Amino acid sequence: MFKNKKNNKPWFLYHANLRVKTLFIIIVASLILISIFLSNFFINPNTALTTDFSNINQAPSFEHIFGTDWMGRDMFVRTILGLGISIGVGAFASVISTIIAIILGSLSSVNSVADEFVASVIDLFGSIPHILLIILISISCGGGFYGVILGVGLTHWTPLARVLRAEIKKIKTTEFIKLSEQLGKSKWWIIKKHIFPLVISQIIVGVILMFPHAIMHEASISFLGFGLSPHEPAIGIILAEAMGYLSTGAWWLAFYPGLSLLFIVLLFDLIGENVHKLLNPQTTNT
Amino acid sequence: MNKKVLYFIRNKTIHFILLMIAVAIFNFILIDLSPIDPVNIYLQQSSVSEAQRAALEQYWGVGQPITTKIWNWLINLLQGNLGTSLIYRVPVSQVIIEKFEASVVLMLLSWLISGLIGFFLGVVAGKNRDSWIDKIIKIYCYILQSAPSFWIGLLILIIFGVELGWFPIGLGVPIGTMESNVTIWQWLARLVLPVLTLSLVGVAPIAMYTRNELVEVLSSDYVLFAKARGEFGWPLIERQALRNILLPALTLQFLSFSELFGGAVLVEQVFSYPGIGQTAVAAGLQSDVPLLLGIVLVSAVFVFVGNLIADILYYFVDPRTKENESFDV
Amino acid sequence: MNKLLEVDNLSIGFTQYFKGLKQRKLNVISDLTIDLYENEILAVLGSSGSGKSLLAHGILGILPPNAEVNGLMYYKNEELTDELKEKLRGNTISLIPQSVNYLNPLMKIKYQAIGYIEDESLKNEKLKKQEEIFERYNLDKTVGDMYPHQLSGGMARKVLISTALLNNPKIIIADEPTPGLDKKSVDETITDLIDLKDKGVSVILITHDIDTAIKTSDRIAILYLGYIIEVTETKNFKYNNENLLHPYTKALFNALPENGFKLTNGHQPSYLNIPKGCPYQDNCEYKTDKCLKKVPPLVKIGTSLVRCYYPIIN
Repeated sequence: MFKNKKNNKPWFLYHANLRVKTLFIIIVASLILISIFLSNFFINPNTALTTDFSNINQAPSFEHIFGTDWMGRDMFVRTILGLGISIGVGAFASVISTIIAIILGSLSSVNSVADEFVASVIDLFGSIPHILLIILISISCGGGFYGVILGVGLTHWTPLARVLRAEIKKIKTTEFIKLSEQLGKSKWWIIKKHIFPLVISQIIVGVILMFPHAIMHEASISFLGFGLSPHEPAIGIILAEAMGYLSTGAWWLAFYPGLSLLFIVLLFDLIGENVHKLLNPQTTNT
Repeated sequence: MNKKVLYFIRNKTIHFILLMIAVAIFNFILIDLSPIDPVNIYLQQSSVSEAQRAALEQYWGVGQPITTKIWNWLINLLQGNLGTSLIYRVPVSQVIIEKFEASVVLMLLSWLISGLIGFFLGVVAGKNRDSWIDKIIKIYCYILQSAPSFWIGLLILIIFGVELGWFPIGLGVPIGTMESNVTIWQWLARLVLPVLTLSLVGVAPIAMYTRNELVEVLSSDYVLFAKARGEFGWPLIERQALRNILLPALTLQFLSFSELFGGAVLVEQVFSYPGIGQTAVAAGLQSDVPLLLGIVLVSAVFVFVGNLIADILYYFVDPRTKENESFDV
Repeated sequence: MNKLLEVDNLSIGFTQYFKGLKQRKLNVISDLTIDLYENEILAVLGSSGSGKSLLAHGILGILPPNAEVNGLMYYKNEELTDELKEKLRGNTISLIPQSVNYLNPLMKIKYQAIGYIEDESLKNEKLKKQEEIFERYNLDKTVGDMYPHQLSGGMARKVLISTALLNNPKIIIADEPTPGLDKKSVDETITDLIDLKDKGVSVILITHDIDTAIKTSDRIAILYLGYIIEVTETKNFKYNNENLLHPYTKALFNALPENGFKLTNGHQPSYLNIPKGCPYQDNCEYKTDKCLKKVPPLVKIGTSLVRCYYPIIN
């Protein structure tokens, strides 16, 4: 029975070792995500999303696998475009958040006052429900598209900063750091030469795992009506719009775009998990 | 012991006051950065004389330095005055109290249901580690954790509202009006689907956590020794493991107040449930700054209470920390 | 004397992932054969961290599910099946674990000592008995209501011993009872173990401390890389090494403080690369090609058992 289970996998995975499988999963998942993102640049919304009032609110068919909306537009194309925006916002937000996390993480290693400050900022950001925080920040940035990406970008750094802070604390107590300090090396030299190489894998995994959160929050905040204008095909906006047509039975308007978003989030989780496995192999034996 | 309790209360109180001040200042700065003009929003394009306008500007503190504005706001806050809502045109505190009541019922019910079901599923999965039931529960949690909660809400609305037709779809009261008279049954009917959604979503983290804790406890030395003494089966789990995982699970559940509030914001929007979340969104969209600030402050208190209870559980219920002389908060 | 327990060719292994990405098989105990008579203390001596505890867990039937177990065991000539193990453990065969970590941190000592008893009156009876035994070991009345983290090292040891005695066992397996204890506690443990034997309990003492083994046991079984390489009467360790047969046992004897700390070169290889053939080949001065090819069988010479092609008989 055990053998059977193994044989169910494709032949090329059956023979490969775990390392190759891990790499394979990462590459395939990344390729899917990248192609969705890039399709945004190749699909021309003006030609692909033609309004066709003879074809409105069609249930899924071979022609329109996700159905059509109230203006007869193809929901599949709209969804793909929306996912592209989501990935883009996720990427941008992750970059901002990572930079903040690294800055604050490094700052916490300077001295105890700085560390206390970083801890308080993390505490402050954790004391307000995340979604309200994003609403606040996006309003303060004047709302709109930039409000949303700044709101999402400026609030996802806390988990990574927390991890970095703890990790740096741990590293700082090790012998070679103490030795470097005794040798009179500057703090930045120590951070650059000793701490950074050790925390880089945490940063990489942290960034990848930040993506799905950022994407979900972007979708949520757009769904609530903040930021992105109704003309953008963002997933949140598609779903908010779909709400108005639910009572007519047009379930596909909400079902497929949300499912696609879930799929994207799961792909990012999958990549993060497997990258983690590659970088920290000893922790995977569960 | 008494001394320890006093220390705990003192530290927590100081922490609470500092945190509230920090939250207030932080929010105020954020709002001040925004290009919102409260007078225009208040007037909603109706024309007034210059004098009236100046009086209003004075009232909202337009043109004053931010320090003065924060100071005035804090002084008012101490007197329990959160200002007047721009969209409801009644005191913010009144709006918050009414809306928060509705949300607390929603959140509390979901919290209880998701906690109980999540713990139960976690125990079932952990006890039958690597079996098909463990895998099903794991997949369920994995998907629910990755799915946007408002989408789950939409699906539930499609299933129970549209397809089965058990519940009406547009349940809400229009934004900007205070609660109309509803019967208790109408209100309960309107509660079912949001509670269902929030519970389904809330089950995932607690179930996963419980499962992993149970798996860890079951492979611990003390469970091994209990087995060596002849204990086995369900009594072994009940005696040796449940108590040990119940406390951390309960702590985690209290620490999830922030996610609970966030979930409520989205779910209330989907089901047009007239709670604090929907009100927060309306306040944000219509730039009702006093109301938004008030809600953020209340939500921070809400999250703080959750963390506080978790801390109390940790410091005073767990016998291992009960004896410890020193601790920091 | 009657044989209480017999272990025949017991092997315990695990399949492990290392570095998360590669598989390997780990043999922790290979081809282990020992027996235990009534009223005796048998010491199983092996280096620390070698998974000796798994022998105890194997006898009790509480190995983790991923363990691969081979071989047979008998209790009073009856095959020790999983069902029998389940019936005996905690009553007839009980365990003294290594440390207080084997107690549930969130449960009061007395409830852990008595185990799970559904019937209320039986439970109270057991609690009374627990109080008596605790008193016999000079444990204060309040100890029963304490949590494990409140116990001192000495108290914990006494609690673990009295817990093991609560159900009138025939066999007690003491798993490393001495490490981390001060000199006085070690001496007390030794007294307690001998006292157990006087009460008619047989003891399997699993230890890496040769000194404790010599002071308490009647026979010593020496483990090397998971193999029993010699089982000998403890008195053979007392005066000279003439009656010790295996080169490794002799080396152990010579390394004792009273024999001048004569250390031999080389160290025990890791479990990850157990050599083919005799496990001791890397450090043996008498080895031949034969030793490299096949594991020597365990043979009886006099009162001893030895696993060596060239036992040193004076």
